[in-house]
Amino acid sequence: MIFGIDVVSMLLGGLAAGMVLFIVSVGLSVTMGLMGFANLAHGAFAMLGGYIIVLVMRHWGFGFTAALAAGFLLTALISVAFERLLYVRLYRAPELDQVLFTIGLVFMSIAAVTLIVGPENQPVPIPAALQGQLDLGFLQYRAYSIFLIVVGIVVVLGLWLGFERTRFGAQIRAAVDNRRMAESLGINIDRLFTVTFAFGSGMAAIGGGLGAEFLGLDPQYPLKYLVYFLIVVAVGGPGRIFGAFYAAALIGVLDFALKLYIPKGGTLFIYALTILLLLWRPQGLFGRAA
Amino acid sequence: MNVPGESLGHPAARALTERHRIRAWEAFPWLLAIAFYFAFPRHLGFGTEVLVMILFAISLDLALGYAGIITLGHAAFFGAGAYTVGMLAFHGVWDEPITGLILAAAVAAVIGLASGLVLLRTTGLTLLMLTLCTMALLEEAANFAYTYTGSFDGLPGITFKPVLGLFEFNPLIPRTQYLYALAVLFIGFVFVRALIYSPFGQSLTGIRENTLRMHAVGAPVRTRLVVCYTISAAIAGVAGALWAQTNLYVNLSALNLERAATVLIVLVLGGYGRLYGSFIGAVAYLVLAHFLSQLYPTAWQLGLGLLLVLIALFARNGILGLFDMLRRHFRSRRPHS
Repeated sequence: MIFGIDVVSMLLGGLAAGMVLFIVSVGLSVTMGLMGFANLAHGAFAMLGGYIIVLVMRHWGFGFTAALAAGFLLTALISVAFERLLYVRLYRAPELDQVLFTIGLVFMSIAAVTLIVGPENQPVPIPAALQGQLDLGFLQYRAYSIFLIVVGIVVVLGLWLGFERTRFGAQIRAAVDNRRMAESLGINIDRLFTVTFAFGSGMAAIGGGLGAEFLGLDPQYPLKYLVYFLIVVAVGGPGRIFGAFYAAALIGVLDFALKLYIPKGGTLFIYALTILLLLWRPQGLFGRAA
Repeated sequence: MNVPGESLGHPAARALTERHRIRAWEAFPWLLAIAFYFAFPRHLGFGTEVLVMILFAISLDLALGYAGIITLGHAAFFGAGAYTVGMLAFHGVWDEPITGLILAAAVAAVIGLASGLVLLRTTGLTLLMLTLCTMALLEEAANFAYTYTGSFDGLPGITFKPVLGLFEFNPLIPRTQYLYALAVLFIGFVFVRALIYSPFGQSLTGIRENTLRMHAVGAPVRTRLVVCYTISAAIAGVAGALWAQTNLYVNLSALNLERAATVLIVLVLGGYGRLYGSFIGAVAYLVLAHFLSQLYPTAWQLGLGLLLVLIALFARNGILGLFDMLRRHFRSRRPHS
């Protein structure tokens, strides 16, 4: 019985972390699936969002929800400016140029945040309602983790509805599966991409704010978690929302469990598993073979 | 020799048969390096750092510039080489420097071969991911094996036997280090230069330019790529070993993302696929880093990011590419004679 509860609490903790990974990475997954663009700077938008959320709460007295909304909107707006002015020039460029450009953006974001806000970790205040323990009947668990899991599930269901039940979602699915054919049918891929990019960056911003509780929020954020975000996308299969969801949940739980049992070398297994998995299925668990 | 006489006269044929010839200006970087030894005896430590960086960038150039393998994890091999000589010397197993370099090359080559055999079956984003993962895996492994690698603290204060039994490594006056690194760089460079102009090197360029066509003409594309990746890994391993030997310590910074990103920046700054891009890039980058990063560390990072963005958007062939552009510009303005 005690063992069972241990397993449940481990699963819950891992799922909470996984949901944050999912919320941050889902935008990256869709934009990569759409354009094949290697956007290594996606984490920079998550960090930007996190900082906006922290700063509006601290200086302008925004509430938690209002701050999340502000983070989403501002980050989405800023990302559109970047996408229209800079990213757009590199869609047909060789992959190396995309990598250089986005790594450059990562460095610039790290330096800019250090200069403007400072190098120290910024705690995100959690509203009182989400603090403390929640009674699940059979065990007490941190309310915030439960909240994160609920948010993650709501987000994936919302995205699923948007993807499967709207015209816009159908256009994205068509473009991910076959971009040229979708273009021939008159779907405006550029506009599709701008909107998706903005939405994905906004989601990343929310993930950055929500996840600051255990991922932290400091200028090194985009570099520190880059590999994790990429693993979620690659394992789930670029452009697959449910793929990213399952991959993030899996990695969250694995990471949590491994860190519990093998505190020092736990991450080793995640990298090794990712390599093995991508060898077995280069297109990811849920991606379609090219 | 077998080329018929009349086709030899054609400018294109001449350019093809003569492109591997050594030109007079190619002595210039080496003369400069020797002049540096006499002119700046107090900055030899910095000079050694530049030489090691050049060798590392050349190894990346072979994989990325010539064969078109986009990797973000080249520091894996640098670190493998550094830890090979570092661990052997630290635990008193082997501390002869030159054989140490050979061992480091062998270890890095084995890792390059093993990872290359599996990684190079993929392309694009997946390949990029897997190179990153391989490096992260090695970094975690080095972090995990505390008793052997010293983990986060690294292996400080390792010592090596004198080079050839004659020249001692003196941490305060790094004369031996500088000349030793210069000699190793020279050998490595001559090897890579010969390799690039060989039929093997030409086929790598072919694979980079058009993989499908190379398949069509019957070139063993994957084998070539794996061999190239292995050689590149071995040279990166030598660079890493050289770094460990000249600094007399090893730590986790030998195989982290920052080192991999730095060497990539050095290479693209100078210009990739150009052989001498590594030289220009390493000098430009390290001189800038040396002065700016100490004065304004944060602004330096901002400038570095901006530089990368500008290179990606406007100057894809680096500094040497800009020179080429200027030369072409002036040539086209000059009236034809």
